Amino acid sequence: MVAVTLWGSLRPFADGQTVVEVEARTFKEVLDRLAEAYPGLRPQIERGVSMALDGKIYREAWFAEIRPESEVVLMPYMTGG
Amino acid sequence: MAFDTEPKRDFKVVGRRVARPDGIDKVTGRALYGADMSAPGMLMGAILRSPHAHAEIVSIDVTAAVALDGVKAVVTGADFADAMDAATADVRDNCLARGKVLYDGHAVAAVAAASGAIARAALDLIKVEYRVLPSVTDVDLAMRADAPVVQAGRAVEVVPVGLSENVTDHCEFGHGDPEAGFAAADLVIDRSFTTAATHQGYIEPHACLASMGPDGKADLWCTTQGQWAVRTACSAILGMRASQLRVTASEIGGGFGGKTTVFIEPVALALSRKAGRPVKIVMSRTEVFRATGPTVASSIDVKIGMTKEGRITAGTATLRYTGGAFPCGTVAMGAQAAFAAYDLAAVRTFGWNALTNRPKEAAYRAPGAPQAIYAVESVVDELCQKLALDPLEVRLLNAAREGTRSSYGPTFEAIGLEATLEAAKAHPHYAAPLAAGQGRGLSCGFWFNFGGNTSVSLTINTDGTVGITEGNPDIGGSRAAISQMAAEELGIPYEQVRTVIADTSSLGHNDVTDGSRVTFAVGLAVIKAARDAIAKMCARVARIWGIDPEAVEWVDGAARPTGPNAGTFPPMTLAEIAALSFKTGGPIAGHHESNADGAGVSFGVHLVDVEVDRETGATKVLRYTVFQDAGKAVQPDYVEGQMQGGAVQGIGWALNEEYIHDAEGHLLNPGFLDYRVPVASDLPPIEAVILEIPNPGHPYGVRGVGETPIVPPLAAIANAVSRAAGVRLTALPMSPPRVLKALTAQG
Amino acid sequence: MKTVPVSTTINGDAAEFICAPDETLLDVLRNRMGLTGAKEGCGTGDCGACSVTLDGRLVCSCLVLGVEAEGAEIATIEGLATGDGLHPLQQAFIDHAALQCGICTPGILVAAKALLDKNPDPSETELRYWLAGNLCRCTGYDKIIRAVQAAARQMRSA
Ligand code: FES
Ligand code: FES
Repeated sequence: MVAVTLWGSLRPFADGQTVVEVEARTFKEVLDRLAEAYPGLRPQIERGVSMALDGKIYREAWFAEIRPESEVVLMPYMTGG
Repeated sequence: MAFDTEPKRDFKVVGRRVARPDGIDKVTGRALYGADMSAPGMLMGAILRSPHAHAEIVSIDVTAAVALDGVKAVVTGADFADAMDAATADVRDNCLARGKVLYDGHAVAAVAAASGAIARAALDLIKVEYRVLPSVTDVDLAMRADAPVVQAGRAVEVVPVGLSENVTDHCEFGHGDPEAGFAAADLVIDRSFTTAATHQGYIEPHACLASMGPDGKADLWCTTQGQWAVRTACSAILGMRASQLRVTASEIGGGFGGKTTVFIEPVALALSRKAGRPVKIVMSRTEVFRATGPTVASSIDVKIGMTKEGRITAGTATLRYTGGAFPCGTVAMGAQAAFAAYDLAAVRTFGWNALTNRPKEAAYRAPGAPQAIYAVESVVDELCQKLALDPLEVRLLNAAREGTRSSYGPTFEAIGLEATLEAAKAHPHYAAPLAAGQGRGLSCGFWFNFGGNTSVSLTINTDGTVGITEGNPDIGGSRAAISQMAAEELGIPYEQVRTVIADTSSLGHNDVTDGSRVTFAVGLAVIKAARDAIAKMCARVARIWGIDPEAVEWVDGAARPTGPNAGTFPPMTLAEIAALSFKTGGPIAGHHESNADGAGVSFGVHLVDVEVDRETGATKVLRYTVFQDAGKAVQPDYVEGQMQGGAVQGIGWALNEEYIHDAEGHLLNPGFLDYRVPVASDLPPIEAVILEIPNPGHPYGVRGVGETPIVPPLAAIANAVSRAAGVRLTALPMSPPRVLKALTAQG
Repeated sequence: MKTVPVSTTINGDAAEFICAPDETLLDVLRNRMGLTGAKEGCGTGDCGACSVTLDGRLVCSCLVLGVEAEGAEIATIEGLATGDGLHPLQQAFIDHAALQCGICTPGILVAAKALLDKNPDPSETELRYWLAGNLCRCTGYDKIIRAVQAAARQMRSA
């Protein structure tokens, strides 16, 4: 299981939790499990999410590998100037 | 992607102040920018723009325009495709309005004619009937339930019901219990701020030349930060297949985020399709201000608690941004960046985006961060003033460091904030005496930095030189930096490498030049492409020598035997291997394609001294020093240039630049005369101090540097003004009339 | 509108063109003479990207009519280098990284040369005020000032 930290405004769509546990070994599996367990998150996932994995930001990288002890934080998909 | 375990720190080419490959072209006038290209049989395009901030388009009658001699095509929004995703549809509707005009200057129709003069005359003959609607340009007013609705039904699901329909987005970040933190503070300050929309202000207006044949194949030349993004948007908007459109990026005369999208390109393509001839469109400066993207305007509340010793106990911020007439996600980046410089037990930020009758926001250097960090750094400074604490010591005491849980969630890896603050503290600027009426301010700044999709190819020429093909328009010397990294990795002189920027048919997709990504991500890709070529060269040499490829290593630009059974062959240089390549299996090239990650966040600290003229309210910047972590500065001149240029854009934002609208939503200052960007005589020398705390995500430790420097000037100057004049301004810009008003109120 | 024939000298060479009476010198140079080194940043005299000299006087070519160039000597960025040798200002701009995007560079070089022709040893303040009519959005001006100072030093010692 990995602990996935959501940002605050997603909490209402995850039964009020900020940290949810999912069974996943990749970023894609995190997204798939989240969308299954909390269908309310689906629109945001479709619009795009980034992930901070042990402090490094990944903008799209489905196959980024996640270990059970990894710190996984979801972030909105970001753009720069 | 696997990261090198230890960034390389010992360099031969990287870190040198080499001459840029495009330098001669740019100092002799030879370099070709967007407006410098022509084609045989070319027509000139011109665009009709809305005089209203908000109106329904009842009808458009183009008959008289079409009938004018020399007019070859007229298009409206109806000439664009219908089906596409919502974000692209917004871009489409911004290029030519559908149904409603949403801001003063919104494009309505376009003409292609034998000359620019005829095209402009034809615009006067287009009859548009408008039904004018009430408009709103202020973000706080736009969020009120009774505000005119700019677009209905655009809110995402996270927006609570019952708000104005203009509210499209909401976000919340943070951790801990702010209320408990405030209760533990000795002083809590709660302030509200506003910042004006500012424009990127690139000196080169948007320009393009489009040519579509009757077979539907098209070529587009334009000034852009990303030719693939242009191709993606234009092919969708025109209903073309991407393979039918080849986009070539011209030299680019500045972008700063503003050229990451399209405005005139789809219009020129539609006109060319209709006229069957090449069409060139060049925006006027007025059009650039009225119809291309400024940054968001904002209204922000910040509350911070601090102990007598200077420890921050909690911080909260509510950010209300408007990205203009279309949904905009920039506030999420502001809400994440607001408190990034601090190690906080309790922090919470809330972001809201509201639609207004302003032009569609376009990214501007560290989008969303300058506004939020300005508000936070102003309140931190006021706390320091009230508690009689040294503002630099307070930053050091609270600085985020490796292992800090950031205000937006993730735990920081190695970051350079503390070292940057220490460098500022040790610098003579911090201790230099100030005269009466002068004040010193400081602020931290932050940006996330991105990697992104990158595709490069590297060819070993038979004479031993190397060609690199990459896909990111070079805004500030990136071709030099990329050649340097390739030369470093291959072990050959910089002069032997030439980097060119490809059109969309010559490489795989490359993301736009944004997010400070190019030196990081393209550099990473070019290093990997060089390694790919090295592996191939070593394999060739192994066969020549008749030994295992594993027994060949690459050292200083040559293959050498290595290990016990390799034998004693003399090294073969890259040039020798290249010369034999046709005999040993054909041309040698390296490639790399990936979506790069691990960009590594960036922090900076700015120190500024100002003097305020109590008669006029004018603020003079006397001394300015920028401290920033570059990970590894590949070409230090261009790193310094980013730091200096970003700082000066921030100075303009702090002191003068703003979009000014009248009550009906008309933009009152669409020109450089009234929208005043900093000029040489406004400024002192800008000293740039580069720190190098290696980014663990890059083989050479490189971090992006381009965006962070625009962040700190806003608060640094506000803090300096407050200390110089004894008045704290909470609205940007701190233009002379505003400062004078504050001084008068102070008595 | 009837066009007007105009005889001038551009970068030392006799040049003739026809233009409309309301056509700017900048448009003539760029669209009729193929000299696209001068840039249009604003068209209203605010940015200096279109700087050229007219009989030695620095002007914004977007504010001058083509017909006003009759009999005049025009110098543009294209004439600054001689043969294959760069002007010291051009070399200094490369050596001191005084350009990023480079769109302002032709105008700034022409303006800086016009200053150094009159005043070979300007102070930093004089330099900053002289160049106040040339906007650069990329560099913050610092490296531009250093480059002009370095070129001036070199030209004085040459
Ligand atoms: S184009 Fe002439 S001054 Fe700007
Ligand atoms: S270098 Fe870009 S405007 Fe000066």
